[in-house]
Amino acid sequence: MKDTEATLDRSELEGASPGGRSPTAMALRRLFRSHTAVAGLAITGVLVVTGLLAPWIAPHEYWRISREAVMQAPGAIPGHALGTDELGRDVLSRLVYGAQISLLLGVGATGVAVVLGVIVGAVSGYFGGWLDSLLQRVTDTFMAMPTMLVAISVTAIMERPTLASLFLIMGFLSWTTVSRVVRGQVLSLRENDYAVAARSLGAGDGRILFRHLLPNCMGPIVVLATLLVAGMILFEAGLSFLGLGVQPPYPSWGRMLLDAKPYMEESPWLMVYPGAAIVLTVLGLNFFGDGLRDAFDPRMKV
Amino acid sequence: MPGETILEVKDLRKHFPIRRGLFGRTVGQVKAVDGVSFTLARGETLGLVGESGCGKTTAGRTLLRLLDPVTGGSATFLGKDLFAQRGEELRRTRKHMQIIFQDPYGSLNPRMTVESIVGEALQIHGVVSDRKERRERVQGLLREVGLDPVRHITRYPHEFSGGQRQRIGIARAIALDPEFIMCDEPVSALDVSIQAQIINLLQSLQERKNLSYLFVAHDLKVVEHISHRVAVMYLGEIVETAGSGELYRNPIHPYTKALLSAIPVADPTVTTRREILTGEPPTPINPPAGCHFHPRCRFAEDRCRDAANPVPVYEVGEGHRVQCILAEKEGGRIVEHRPPQNAPVEV
Ligand SMILES: Nc1ncnc2c1ncn2[C@@H]1O[C@H](COP(=O)(O)OP(=O)(O)OP(=O)(O)O)[C@@H](O)[C@H]1O
Ligand code: SF4
Ligand SMILES: [Mg+2]
Repeated sequence: MKDTEATLDRSELEGASPGGRSPTAMALRRLFRSHTAVAGLAITGVLVVTGLLAPWIAPHEYWRISREAVMQAPGAIPGHALGTDELGRDVLSRLVYGAQISLLLGVGATGVAVVLGVIVGAVSGYFGGWLDSLLQRVTDTFMAMPTMLVAISVTAIMERPTLASLFLIMGFLSWTTVSRVVRGQVLSLRENDYAVAARSLGAGDGRILFRHLLPNCMGPIVVLATLLVAGMILFEAGLSFLGLGVQPPYPSWGRMLLDAKPYMEESPWLMVYPGAAIVLTVLGLNFFGDGLRDAFDPRMKV
Repeated sequence: MPGETILEVKDLRKHFPIRRGLFGRTVGQVKAVDGVSFTLARGETLGLVGESGCGKTTAGRTLLRLLDPVTGGSATFLGKDLFAQRGEELRRTRKHMQIIFQDPYGSLNPRMTVESIVGEALQIHGVVSDRKERRERVQGLLREVGLDPVRHITRYPHEFSGGQRQRIGIARAIALDPEFIMCDEPVSALDVSIQAQIINLLQSLQERKNLSYLFVAHDLKVVEHISHRVAVMYLGEIVETAGSGELYRNPIHPYTKALLSAIPVADPTVTTRREILTGEPPTPINPPAGCHFHPRCRFAEDRCRDAANPVPVYEVGEGHRVQCILAEKEGGRIVEHRPPQNAPVEV
């Protein structure tokens, strides 16, 4: 006992900080050193706060119609900083609630995609064999689908899709990237010595998968999820612009673009604001996602 | 001193299929372990040496039931058939056999603290009832391997040096008080200055807990110090086994001699005839017929190449066995005939 204690590296003991710094904590430190990532995080933050606090931020109800104040330019009448639309509804309020819808659908659909993708990818990569072959062919099939066209057909058949059915449809059509990445990660991680060690300790498949392998795939999953939220917001805007997504009276940015189309000449701001909101949000999420990727692992290919 | 036999391995075989093409057709076998027999006593260290790729890791992991299914052979561990065990019975047996890895970086989950890494086994087997008890047990284990039980317990693996990580791996391996630990080149990746510390730690743990080690290494020098007996492996077979003193004094197999002469001799006045290993080690996919070593052996005769009647195992002295015809000159008697080998496959 004596000799082993004597071999302790004293200097290392003295110099180190108290308590452990997890790999996640270190990744976050790297994240905050990148300007674009911080900008992306800021924009994402604005989206999230706006979405969550919409009822308190919006100056008016998004559905309040006003015959007296139709198609007012920004700043033309008091109380409507960004003007009003063809029904006299406050544009700012609709933008704010639009953020809520985007956030809800973006996160909801991404949640569905991530859960599906992680399950399929983890099972595929961990168990291998015929199950893997089968799931890979299913994934191939989904990848070969023209996502937008399928979504258009399904929502068109449903006529008035609810929010829940929208994010289920969008998520169901978008899990393949997650599953591919998770499968690849699990496939390589399961040969790792720490996975072998866990098995030799008597850990079962569930424990190895959930305690050892999946936590080590979290980096790529979080990055993919962030980028997916951006993709979903665009997806939703596209569907809504075709009149197939979020249904009135909910104000979605895509729907606002559609409603503004006939008045493009006389009231361009009706298109500019939702258009800018979409571009800015998607850009912000992508910056943030890229920043996360660089922070977690610069070599990661997502 | 070594006691009763706790592990008896007979004719262990582990082959990996080589698959090709779209449908994964099996086109051949990598005979990573091809008929290995040995015994291990309580408190004993059996060194297992051989070049890279000769099947040391595969042999050890197959015995730990980490590479199911086994291709052939049998093993009795603590009186029970090791390869017949399933489910709950196997899980209980796992408490008694553990592994220590070569790579101190890859063997610890980077997202777990030392406490969860070392305490995981206690949790899996329900040895501890709550977090407090687990913490106390883990602290005790850290003390045993020479780590700081208070300051180190909440840290993550990346905050440690290679030697310290290896200690964490050792603490994890002894957490359940195993009987048998396979040490898979536990010091090969460490600085020379750290190697001795880890070897000493393993030895003092062995003395205190009466552990049995299968100690894998690719050079004889590390093994000489720690092993009671040494087995030399070549292309999936054990070609020579002896007590470690006997093996170093009186090696018989030309391959053992070659490995020994690769060890630098401390005394410059000692002039031994050096056996130089020439030629690449052949692969275990299509090992040379008969004695696998014959293409590199300057004593090879026709009967060394006979696949139908491979070179048998001779015993040349108490516990000194060798699979080489040169044993005949030492008065060796045949103790085991090797089965005929299959014709080579096209790959
Ligand atoms: N999972 C596997 N699938 C196919 N072949 C394998 C597998 N694992 C090992 N092998 C092959 O089996 C042979 C023995 O490998 P093994 O890792 O047991 O050797 P080793 O003696 O431990 O070598 P090293 O000193 O490099 O660790 C090698 O030819 C290797 O390529
Ligand atoms: S059996 Fe023959 S070929 Fe093999 S090592 Fe001995 S002498 Fe050489
Ligand atoms: Mg090895």
